[in-house]
Amino acid sequence: MSDTPPVDDATPAPDATPRELPRVVTSRWGLDDSHTLERYEATGGYQALRSVLDKAPQAVVDEVKAASLLGRGGAGFPAGVKWGFCPPGVWPRYLVVNGDESEPGTYKDRILMERDPHQLIEGVLIACYAVGCAQAFLYVRGEMALAQERIAAALNEAYAAGYVGKNILGSDFSVDVVLHWGAGAYIVGEETALIESLEGNRGMPRLKPPYFPAAQGLYLKPTIVNNVETLSNLPWILTNGADAFSALGAESSRGTRLFAVSGHVAEPGVFEVEFGTTTYRDLIYEHAGGIRDGNELKCFIPGGASAPWFFEEHLDLPLETGAVGKAGSMMGSGAIVVMDHTTDAVKACWKVVKFFAHESCGKCTPCREGTDWLEKILERILHGHGRPEDLDLLLDVCDNISPGLAWPPRQTTICPLGPSAVSPVNSAIVRFRDEFEAYIARAEPPAVATVGGPVPVDIRVGASS
Amino acid sequence: MARLSRDNLALAQEILARYPRPKSALIPLLHLAQEQDGWLTEDAMEHLAELVGVTPAEVLGTASFYEMFKRRPVGTYVINVCTDIACSLVGGDELLEHAEETLGVRDGGTTADGMFTLQGVQCIAACTEAPCLQANYRYAHRVSHDEFDQLVDDLRAGRKDAEIPRHGVLARVRQTIPAERAAGAIVPEGQSEPAWLAAAESDAS
Ligand SMILES: Cc1cc2nc3c(=O)[nH]c(=O)nc-3n(C[C@H](O)[C@H](O)[C@H](O)COP(=O)(O)O)c2cc1C
Ligand code: SF4
Repeated sequence: MSDTPPVDDATPAPDATPRELPRVVTSRWGLDDSHTLERYEATGGYQALRSVLDKAPQAVVDEVKAASLLGRGGAGFPAGVKWGFCPPGVWPRYLVVNGDESEPGTYKDRILMERDPHQLIEGVLIACYAVGCAQAFLYVRGEMALAQERIAAALNEAYAAGYVGKNILGSDFSVDVVLHWGAGAYIVGEETALIESLEGNRGMPRLKPPYFPAAQGLYLKPTIVNNVETLSNLPWILTNGADAFSALGAESSRGTRLFAVSGHVAEPGVFEVEFGTTTYRDLIYEHAGGIRDGNELKCFIPGGASAPWFFEEHLDLPLETGAVGKAGSMMGSGAIVVMDHTTDAVKACWKVVKFFAHESCGKCTPCREGTDWLEKILERILHGHGRPEDLDLLLDVCDNISPGLAWPPRQTTICPLGPSAVSPVNSAIVRFRDEFEAYIARAEPPAVATVGGPVPVDIRVGASS
Repeated sequence: MARLSRDNLALAQEILARYPRPKSALIPLLHLAQEQDGWLTEDAMEHLAELVGVTPAEVLGTASFYEMFKRRPVGTYVINVCTDIACSLVGGDELLEHAEETLGVRDGGTTADGMFTLQGVQCIAACTEAPCLQANYRYAHRVSHDEFDQLVDDLRAGRKDAEIPRHGVLARVRQTIPAERAAGAIVPEGQSEPAWLAAAESDAS
């Protein structure tokens, strides 16, 4: 039991042309004092900021566009392009950093904040300079006490050293970076909910359109929301150039990326690997040591709990947005949860659905009601009260949340949380229908006639009570 | 003692000054109130309503949305055992059951001596270190049943006081923005193009 996360020296995957893989965001993870200003400066820190101040802001935007840095928060939208969406002539612009990491399986932003807070702060400053954001808010998940302490200490040091605040490094660039604490709500990770929360409200998403943050965000002013890992890439990109960054990876997925591999693997860990070329097999079998105890792979969640599940036949897919999307899932938040053949698919499905049911903010009906019913029906099956018609009922509820169960999902909801709960149900029923049926075959007959005993809830469509 | 103390009021004013609009400071201020009393009292919420200029009902509306805000007293230590998908694959549910036995309370309960509140929780972002837990939001990774019991003993005996503060105390290091270095909060109204952008544009033309 220790409270320091492990460091994996993300060895580059075997490659036809072996080359040294630069550590774009994890270069300081192995150092004990990686979170201090002294160490940060001694390892090249704040040099990118200095160089940026000599460039025109637009040149910095262009550099980030040329690097094709994709957002690392889940949606994978190119950062440089997003920055260009702020309407011209509307001031002020704000920057909000999304440090609310809470999607099941996702574990990378917390390490970046705990281990290298200055790298993130430098990234924030570069983004503010480039976009013209006059104030930045660093929204850190409430449950992450150490990350908050490390960022607070780093900000205090950075203010004292003249890197943050008024007239940064003697220039006309001035911006306050305010550390903000969340208080426990997954949905606040959704960018419009994050903004609501930062306005002091219940963290419920806003409808897009019209509330795209870049146009109408915090206080309805143009606001850039970027993920912690996304911004942590900026110092390296501005130091080494867009070309060096985009030389790594393939197709739309450039640079390196952090992946957390958890579940039934021999050596779970967080790995920085080349984006776009590394495969799921490399990650699971090379980096994470393969399936535990020599067991067989049953399935894996390839990109956070919202992602449809993958199986054996998907192992050789590269970690590339297009390829993974075509295969019917997503890399999302870089979270890979591996399940071996001992896993109960019904229980795993119920766990994931339970998460979304619990975290639904309740603003729209298909999600609030639908996720709840999915959870209840799955629970009934697990507890031995399932009915033969339950599988169709589950799929019918799914269809109400996300019509046609398409990928990418069509949503009837305000935000993508509702459809997220559909992914595991659809994946599990399609692939492991026999396991659901076995539960149902073993089920006790409904105890509706017994007096006093627990009566399973009857929600058959059209049933009258 | 439930309105903010004089010291905490000063801290609250400092926090408020960083935000363009006072209500944006509400969540940090709720944490401050919880730090003071260990939980969130109605008096404190009323005080915060005065400070940010909204009704007490609006403060409650916000507070009740977020799981970390406890509107009744909890143990000195809130133990959150993760039972989400990644942890449950490698013993998270069993760890919670073990914790229930050790502490003699069910999920959600508080021990009779007021020392511990136990909660089964969802993902806490330590998935590769499963099964994991937090004691007052301080992590313990790859926790065995024996290690859990040891942690409880240590907390009871005060051997963890340096690492794990009592419930409510979140971060022991706070941000402070020195007045002479502050760029200042940027209100949404009446702003023009920031100086460094304007200067770059006039250079270019
Ligand atoms: C339900 C939901 C939860 C989300 N949670 C997070 C999160 O915890 N962290 C994050 O960075 N993005 C999260 N996102 C994505 C954000 O909405 C947003 O796309 C992202 O922060 C943008 O940053 P990026 O472009 O740098 O990736 C979530 C989205 C949804 C729909
Ligand atoms: S989809 Fe769910 S979480 Fe998203 S706004 Fe609707 S109810 Fe809230």
